Amino acid sequence: MTSASPSVRSLANVAARGERPAAGRPVKIQVERLSFYYGAARALEEISIGVLPNVVTAFIGPSGCGKSTFLRTLNRMNDIIPGTRVEGRVLIDDTNIYGPALDVVALRRQVGMVFQKSNPFPKSIFDNIAYGLRINNMAGSRSDLAARVEESLRQAALWDEVKDRLHDSALALSGGQQQRLCIARALAIRPEILLMDEPASALDPIATQRIEELVYELKKTYTIVIVTHNMQQAARVSDYTAFFWLGRLVEYDRTDKIFTNPAEQLTEDYVTGRFG
Amino acid sequence: MRVAGRGAAARHLLDRGFQALALLVLCLALAALAVLLFDVWTDGAPRLSLDFLTSYPSRRPEDAGIWHALTGSVSVILLTALLAVPIGVAAAIYLEEYGGRSLAARVVEINIANLAAVPSIIYGLLGLGLFVRALQMGRSVLAGASTLALLVLPVIILATREALRAVPPSIREGSYALGATKWQTVWYQVLPMAMPGILTGTILALSRAIGETAPLITIGALTFVAFAPDGIWSPFTVLPIQIFNWVSRPQPAFQVNAAAAIVVLLVLLLAMNAAAIWLRDRYQKRLS
Repeated sequence: MTSASPSVRSLANVAARGERPAAGRPVKIQVERLSFYYGAARALEEISIGVLPNVVTAFIGPSGCGKSTFLRTLNRMNDIIPGTRVEGRVLIDDTNIYGPALDVVALRRQVGMVFQKSNPFPKSIFDNIAYGLRINNMAGSRSDLAARVEESLRQAALWDEVKDRLHDSALALSGGQQQRLCIARALAIRPEILLMDEPASALDPIATQRIEELVYELKKTYTIVIVTHNMQQAARVSDYTAFFWLGRLVEYDRTDKIFTNPAEQLTEDYVTGRFG
Repeated sequence: MRVAGRGAAARHLLDRGFQALALLVLCLALAALAVLLFDVWTDGAPRLSLDFLTSYPSRRPEDAGIWHALTGSVSVILLTALLAVPIGVAAAIYLEEYGGRSLAARVVEINIANLAAVPSIIYGLLGLGLFVRALQMGRSVLAGASTLALLVLPVIILATREALRAVPPSIREGSYALGATKWQTVWYQVLPMAMPGILTGTILALSRAIGETAPLITIGALTFVAFAPDGIWSPFTVLPIQIFNWVSRPQPAFQVNAAAAIVVLLVLLLAMNAAAIWLRDRYQKRLS
C-alpha cells in the first residue's frame, strides 16, 4: 500500500489524461465528472472518460472499485436501486442521459446490457429473443420476427446450436449458451452500445473463449464496454483499458500501453499482480 | 479416531431418534384427521345420493337435500374470487413494485398483516354495516361475496407479495435492460413467474372462505332457503350454515344429513386444493 500513495496524489492529472486517449476521434460516450452515491456513501468520485465508438473498452480494477457501478450508470440501470444518486453528466452522442427530458426506456434500447450471471427468462429460446422486439414494437410480421430472431442468434454465434429447438426452454441451455443467448437478446433490439458486466466470470475456459471471440466480432458493429476482473481477458479483447481503484479512474489508455508501460505506479502494481 | 467414532455414533443415533419422533408426530396428526373423516363418513355415507345433492330443504329429514346450499356456496365463492383476486393481486403489485419503502407503504403493510388476523365475525359486522345496509345490497349473494372478499383480501395480498418477492432481481434487470417499462416488466416477466405462488395462496384463501360461517350469518344469510340462487341479488345460504342448522336440530336423522353435507363440503375443498396443485404444476412446467 505504501507504493500506492504517490499515485493517489497524482490522480488529479488523470482525469485530464483519461478523457480522450485518441485525440481527434469522435467519442461515443463522454462522461464528465460523474459521482455516484449509495445513500451517503460515495461509490464513484468525479469520473471523466471518453469512450470511442466501435472499439472494445475494458474496465478493470479490484473488487469493489466501482467498475460495475460505473458501467451501470451508462444505461441508468442504477435507477432501479432505491437511494442512489448521480452527479455529473454522461453524454451519449452529445445527449445527456441524465437530462430531465431523457426517456430512460429509449436509452436502454440504445444501450444494451449483458450481466455477470446469465439471466435468461424462463421462456423458450425464441421468446427470449423476441421479448425485446415485442415490447419495443419492433416485432413486425411473424416472418420478420423469426428473421430477426435468427439474425440475432447468428450474431451471437448460437444459431447452429439451437436452430432445431427454438421453442425449448432457454433454461435447458448450458451456462455458456445461456450467456450467448443473453447477448443475442441484447443485440436483437439493435443497440449501438453494448455494456458487458463480467460476462464470462461464471463460465469455463472454452465458453469464455467463445464469448471473447464474439466480442471481437461484435466491435465491428457495436461500441462495447466490458467490465472484467480478469486482466488477461482485458488484454486479449480490449483496445482501450480503464483502471479503477477505490471509486476513482486511475488511468485510461490504449490497452497495450496500460499493460506494458502504464503511466501510474498504481496501475503497474495492479496489472503486474502486486495487489488486487 | 475412536473418540471421533463414538461421537459420530451418538450423532447418528440422535439423527435417527429425531426422524422417528417426527414420524410419530406426523402419524398422530394424520390419525386424528383419519378418525374424524372416518366418523363423518360412516355417519353420512348412507345419506349420500344424487337425490341428497339435488334436493331442496325440507322439514322431513329424509327428503331434505343440499342443492340450495351447494349452489349457494359455489356462487358465493366464485363471486368472492372474482372480486378479491384482481383487487388483491393489483394491491400486492402496487405495494411490492411501485409503493417503495415510504412510511405510508410500511403503515399499509403492517395493517394488512394485522387484517389477516382479524376474527372473521368482525368482517361480518363490517359487511352488515357496509354492504347490506349502507350500500343496500340486502342479504344477497353479492353482499356475502363482498364480505368474504374483504376477509380473504389480506391473505391474497400477502401471498402475492411473497410470490412477487421470490422472483429473482436478475429477471427484472434483464427486462429493464431491454428497454421494458416497469409495467411491461411486471406483466410479461414478474407476474408469470409469480403465478404458481399467487394461485396457491389464492386457492388456500378461498378454501378458508368456503368454510366460513360466522360472517355470513352476521350479514343475514338465511338458514332456510328453499331455492338455489338465481343471480347476484338473490338471497342465499351456504353449506356451513346448512350444516350448522342441521346439527342444532333435535332429530337424529338431521345429524346424518349434517354429516353427509360435511362430506360434500370436504370433497369440494379437496377439489379446490387439487385444482390449485394442478394449476401450479402446469405453470411451473411451462416455466422450466
